[in-house]
Amino acid sequence: MMRFFRQAVLLVVAAVALISPALAVQPDEILPDAAMEQRARGISAGLRCLVCQNQSIDDSDAPLARDLRLLVRERLQAGDSDAQVRDFLVARYGEFVLLKPPFSWSTALLWVAPLLILLGAVTWIWRTVFSPVRATVGASSVEDLSTAEREALEKLMRDRD
Amino acid sequence: MITELGHFALILGVMVAIVQMTLPAWGAYKRDTRLMAIAEPAALSQLTLLTFAFLSLMHAYVTSDFSVANVATNSHSTKPLLYKISGVWGNHEGSMLLWVLILAIFGAAVALFGRNLPATLRANVLSVQASIAVAFGLFILLTSNPFERLDPAPFDGRGLNPILQDPALSFHPPFLYMGYVGFSMAFSFAIGALLEGRTDAAWARWVRPWTLLAWMCLTIGIAMGSWWAYYELGWGGWWFWDPVENASFMPWLAGTALLHSALVMEKRDALKVWTVLLAILTFSLSLMGTFLVRSGVLSSVHAFAVDPERGVFVLAIMVLFTGGGLALFAYRARELRQGGIFAPISREGSLVLNNILLTTACATVLVGTLYPLALESATGEKISVGAPYFNMTFGPLMLPLLLALPFGPFLAWKRGDAYAAAQRLFVAVLAAIAVVAIGYAVTKPGPWLAPFGIALGVWVMAGAISELLFRAKAGSASFDEVARRLRNLPRSVYGTALAHFGVGMMVIGIIATSAYQTERVLLMKEGASLDVAGYDVTFNGAHAAKGPNYTETIGNFSVRYDGEPVTILQPSKRLYDAPPQPTTEAGIYNAWTGDLYLVLGDEQASGGWVVRAYFHPFVRFIWIGTLVMFFAGAISLSDRRLRVGAPQRARRVPAAVPAE
Repeated sequence: MMRFFRQAVLLVVAAVALISPALAVQPDEILPDAAMEQRARGISAGLRCLVCQNQSIDDSDAPLARDLRLLVRERLQAGDSDAQVRDFLVARYGEFVLLKPPFSWSTALLWVAPLLILLGAVTWIWRTVFSPVRATVGASSVEDLSTAEREALEKLMRDRD
Repeated sequence: MITELGHFALILGVMVAIVQMTLPAWGAYKRDTRLMAIAEPAALSQLTLLTFAFLSLMHAYVTSDFSVANVATNSHSTKPLLYKISGVWGNHEGSMLLWVLILAIFGAAVALFGRNLPATLRANVLSVQASIAVAFGLFILLTSNPFERLDPAPFDGRGLNPILQDPALSFHPPFLYMGYVGFSMAFSFAIGALLEGRTDAAWARWVRPWTLLAWMCLTIGIAMGSWWAYYELGWGGWWFWDPVENASFMPWLAGTALLHSALVMEKRDALKVWTVLLAILTFSLSLMGTFLVRSGVLSSVHAFAVDPERGVFVLAIMVLFTGGGLALFAYRARELRQGGIFAPISREGSLVLNNILLTTACATVLVGTLYPLALESATGEKISVGAPYFNMTFGPLMLPLLLALPFGPFLAWKRGDAYAAAQRLFVAVLAAIAVVAIGYAVTKPGPWLAPFGIALGVWVMAGAISELLFRAKAGSASFDEVARRLRNLPRSVYGTALAHFGVGMMVIGIIATSAYQTERVLLMKEGASLDVAGYDVTFNGAHAAKGPNYTETIGNFSVRYDGEPVTILQPSKRLYDAPPQPTTEAGIYNAWTGDLYLVLGDEQASGGWVVRAYFHPFVRFIWIGTLVMFFAGAISLSDRRLRVGAPQRARRVPAAVPAE
């Protein structure tokens, strides 16, 4: 959505080439075998268009994206499995081409982070909000008042009498 | 001349902000009312000066003064007036000027409407607001001056990127910035509270309407951008988990959490430390969004290193305010004593769950957005973190949130009864189960999870309605009594129910269009027809036409359903004059079940045109849902309690917690 807007703001002129509207898959690319075409679309959606910003080759109309789409279909027709097609592209272009980074040492933190954050948040909240210590402190007492407030309170109490 | 005056007004505005930043805070420290009193006139004159600066830049755009570098780079004499005006903020320098203008508007609002705030808090808040203005004012003056002149002036400008010449996108940045900058109010109040060493329910009452306003603007701003992407980019995509989108989504998630935790603080005097921390974090995320977008760090770490001036400046601002805010928080937070206690199953407990899940989701988006940058600068390894990652991590966090959402309003404060809440939600449960059953029957060989997703949306919507009906005692009282009770429900109750209803609509739209969209890509000759989702689309040919600043090719398609003519769609391809760049204008037919979406592609040498036809079921629920959320916020904001009660501390027995 705003990606295009911001790019333009950022790169003003340089970005113009990147911002043409996406008209991805062309009719001549579509495979006759519908099931295989479906697989090709699925794979394409997970592959990065290397010259675009965060677009999959399925969404991009860059010439490179078209080349990659054709390559994916070529491999599928040659009898490759989905995983083999991905491996083939990773061997060529590196893991950068995968929009979903595979689990490895360098991405371990990325994948476990949500779980760690969730556990951390639950633990922290539980300890600060629901622990028995809090329950006693929570019943905040008169000692907590500052001198000025105590005076004001006493004055109020006097006035009532 | 007007341009120079604008430049001068901006410089003066920054100088006034420097005064406003220092003297009132010093006065608050020394308890000197004369120094504190400077804040109000300073905030108002700052607003006046920045308004003048902004209008003078707009004047240069409207009159197409190409001797101003910013206008020459981003405007063109033939551009329609609307886009000349929106061109002011359609570029880096101008948008930063809008940023500080909105900041000044919020500052002046505190000065004007905050007269019944405690004097020291008000002085501190205005000083903190001014310090943000100083930082960004200097940023504009030193690195991004929009008033710079060109000599010689070019004959005409380079024009605004045509894809941005669009009504929805014209107002997308102002709303987004009102959201970003609006959260600065929460930040300033949090810092003010920390400086004072005390917060209370009155503080939360003051912060909540501002946060709500900012949240509404951010909601509608993000929705506008998404709506634009849907109809403009030519294939109906509406969210891409792009880093720049994430930059606006993170403050939204944190801001949503803040709205809910401030509610607990206002009503029950609990979660104070957390709410203050969240206020600081929400604005920090807004600053980070500004940094990510403005520095160029997203396009590549290297682009950032090549031209680091602006990036380093914004990074410094971000580190200063985030770091400073968090340091002050660490130093003073212990003094903010917690108030009311509550059981895990309670209204407070449900809002805590909301906060845990929303902040975790926000942190997940943060990790996913920054991880590739961090990894590349640490090891040089390049990876992509795209939509599949976010769908896999964000989705599972939203599931428990949506499942638990309808329970929240049915639980009592302090200690709730989950079983009783479930009984009251019985009808909503039935509705959800019915939707799953119908979903399977109708879409039989479809994605097996999708009916559950739709049912989740229905569950949230039905839960919201159940809440209203329960409060009106529907089912036990007479019809007149129910109607009377419905009329007398506070507006904030309607706001809550309506906002949650909107969330449910959005969920339905997202799931339906993701799971059930259909697509046809064909080469069509004149007279040929295609079939998509029961629509019969016939191509009647294409013709050329001329617009105000573009030429276009318009395709003509007649659409039939069950043999009955439905509509004529005319998708087009445009080529703009300046800069010469193509855009597509989709032809969209909106039925209540979804959108038929036609795109005209290229003409082929072999004859015929490439045509894309899509059917996006219930896709509009996404934006209707966000609109409902926006109006729900407005209704809640108009509640008498917020309107009148916000600044009135005296109405409550001071539940204040002292500085000690």
